[in-house]
Amino acid sequence: MMTTNPDTILPPQTDAGAIGWVKTNLMNSWYNALFTVVMLVVGILFLQMAIGWAVFSADWSAVTSNLKLFAVGQYPQEELWRVGVVLFMLSSLLGVTWGVWGGVARTFALVAIGGAVAMVILPLSMDDLSIEGRLWIGANAGFIAAGYYLVQTIGGAITPKRVIWAWLSSFFIAMVLIRGFQGLPLLPLVGTNQWGGLLLTFNLALVGIVACFPLGVLLALGRRSNLPVISLFSIMFIELVRGVPLITLLFMTQVILPLLLPESIQVDRVLRAFLAITLFSAAYMAENVRGGLQAVSNSQVEAAKALGLSGRHTMVFIVLPQALKAVIPAIVGQFIALFKDTTLVVVVGLLDIVGIGKSIVLGNVEWVSTQREVYLFIAATFWVFTYSMSYASRKLENALGVKRH
Amino acid sequence: MRLLWHSDIPLWHDARVLRATAQIVSVIIVVSIVVFAASNVLSAAHDRNLSLGFGFLSEEAGFPIAESVVDYDEAKSFRYAFYAGIMNTLKVALIGIVAATALGVVLGVARISTNWLVSKAAGLYIEIFRNIPLLIQLFFWYFGVFLLLPAVENAIKWPGPIYISNRGVFAVWASPTSTFGPWLLFLLGGLILAVIARFALVRVQALTGKHAYTTIIPLVIFSLISLLGWFLVGDTPLAQETPVLGRFNFVGGIRFTPEFAALLLGLVIYTASFIAEIVRSGIQAVEKGQVEASRALGLTEFQTLRAVVIPQSMRIIIPPLISQYLNLTKNSSLALTIGYPDLFGVGRIIINQAGRAIPVFALIMAAYLAMSLTYAAIGNLYNHHVRFVGR
Repeated sequence: MMTTNPDTILPPQTDAGAIGWVKTNLMNSWYNALFTVVMLVVGILFLQMAIGWAVFSADWSAVTSNLKLFAVGQYPQEELWRVGVVLFMLSSLLGVTWGVWGGVARTFALVAIGGAVAMVILPLSMDDLSIEGRLWIGANAGFIAAGYYLVQTIGGAITPKRVIWAWLSSFFIAMVLIRGFQGLPLLPLVGTNQWGGLLLTFNLALVGIVACFPLGVLLALGRRSNLPVISLFSIMFIELVRGVPLITLLFMTQVILPLLLPESIQVDRVLRAFLAITLFSAAYMAENVRGGLQAVSNSQVEAAKALGLSGRHTMVFIVLPQALKAVIPAIVGQFIALFKDTTLVVVVGLLDIVGIGKSIVLGNVEWVSTQREVYLFIAATFWVFTYSMSYASRKLENALGVKRH
Repeated sequence: MRLLWHSDIPLWHDARVLRATAQIVSVIIVVSIVVFAASNVLSAAHDRNLSLGFGFLSEEAGFPIAESVVDYDEAKSFRYAFYAGIMNTLKVALIGIVAATALGVVLGVARISTNWLVSKAAGLYIEIFRNIPLLIQLFFWYFGVFLLLPAVENAIKWPGPIYISNRGVFAVWASPTSTFGPWLLFLLGGLILAVIARFALVRVQALTGKHAYTTIIPLVIFSLISLLGWFLVGDTPLAQETPVLGRFNFVGGIRFTPEFAALLLGLVIYTASFIAEIVRSGIQAVEKGQVEASRALGLTEFQTLRAVVIPQSMRIIIPPLISQYLNLTKNSSLALTIGYPDLFGVGRIIINQAGRAIPVFALIMAAYLAMSLTYAAIGNLYNHHVRFVGR
């Protein structure tokens, strides 16, 4: 009689090791094996072609000779130190944030240090980047490190709350520094018509973000208000704006707004673009916030009332914090969309980074044949920032424990 | 005071008073803004001698439109030009929606593939194209790819009579002949019979519990009848039309202009990356227990997917999908930047030609709002439908 000896049964095949990994992840069925082979072949051929083109046949001189234009547009040379100071301020703040929070801030700080150092040691043949300019950029690495060590040495005085306030106020300080004032000897006015390149892109995005957020929250509250008139106005505004493309609003603020105002009032072109972007994003922001408001359980409101909180206090201290936390992913997604949407100002003739590339660089006979290179460079620049934003948002979600829908 | 309110609450703390005041004040603010703006518009219109009416729409347009789905020429009215623009928008939006959905579903499924390489490649695609502004992608495709293609004389010849040049893509196309009408009748008859057969077979399957080939038999019926009709009507109903290089350009066949091709490609590639994420999260949102339970019931992998996973994930996928369709339609207004004559582009020309910004902008906004409302209505209908079936 045969008995099965448990010892003779072979252990299950292990999936560990390189071969096991390939088996489970690349070749787990005949069609997956086929996919793997096809993708490898296509991928290698494509990479070979792309790298061959980028290294040997592409002409990147349109990019390397115009780095300053892409960065700040036609911002006057003698006032560029102001942009440098703003960068120093932001770098120090990034360093401080790294010291206080670590995590994502640390990743960003290290990447920024790497970027600053890379700009210094870029090939010297790039004539558009002077030695002076390289030092201004490179110094940022030092400011980040200084911010970090500041926290390490005095630590306790720098609370997270203060860091947030510092970031908020840095926005206004940066705006003042970049714009300046009429007739001020140290900070003469640099009109918005001289803002350009990445500087204008960032300004549009930051002003849009800072302005659309409170407006969006107000609209969301208005929409849910039990006062019929206010709720009607909010719904009309939100649905009207969300129903049309941003490009319509941009044209309307350029073409129609001057007709709506008396002729004595002239609004700056950049300001009109700010207005269109802000109104457009606010409508979307309102819908995101509304989603968060709906997610807050009614018992929270009832509990707040039972504790004797007034309606306003309930909203500000109980409902809104929970509502906003629930929709952080959606809000950050909206900020990313806004950042990408700033490129549309090209259609009304502003010179953001895309406008610089299209009108100034590619408008030059010397570089007109390098369309691919210029747009790839702009695309890559944008991608670095948008990807960083979505990376940070994912980390933030994990840290706060909110789920993306 | 006491007589009026019968309460000890002071006026400025009375909820009814506060509510009324807030609403009256907001009405006053909105109305005064509207009146202020309107009076400025009227005075500006009066100064420049512009009428704000829509009467000009019947005047002759007098400008050409580079490409149009409908039969347009310069002698047609502004109204007709605007209509041609709307049709161009719908053309690119509809083709774009179909293509973006197909690509997005493939990418979304690839993203959750068990094949590491396939999943990573799909992830790479999504992260790259989702994060680059559409405008830059459009400029790249139009200025960097389509306009840099070889001239018509040296057009790239794809396998088969498809020619790719900087004047667009030319492909073989089928043009209807005189017998096309009768053949359409055969197609219609085949379709009706196939639908009837489908209903009958589903009923038979439900009654007998036996597999009744509910998909294959109707398909066979339809193809047999259309094939029969093809030979019965005499002459072939569709003639092959091949593009031939003429003096300046290809003649015959179907042509996609570089503007249309770049816009379509840009919209499809961009929107597909968002659709892929929607599909991925929709499929992943279906509980694992559902799959395990249907496996336990003995359903095959395909049946599990078709009868259990897809119907449940559809509820999660469809609403954001519809909002992506709306985004695609609105984003098609970027056509303006590469010269495809869509609704917005034609509207801009009309403003320049007729000099009437306000009525034309009103028309443009109305057209986009109508499209948005249509999408919203479809979305609400679907939501209502799944709620009804589900509960």
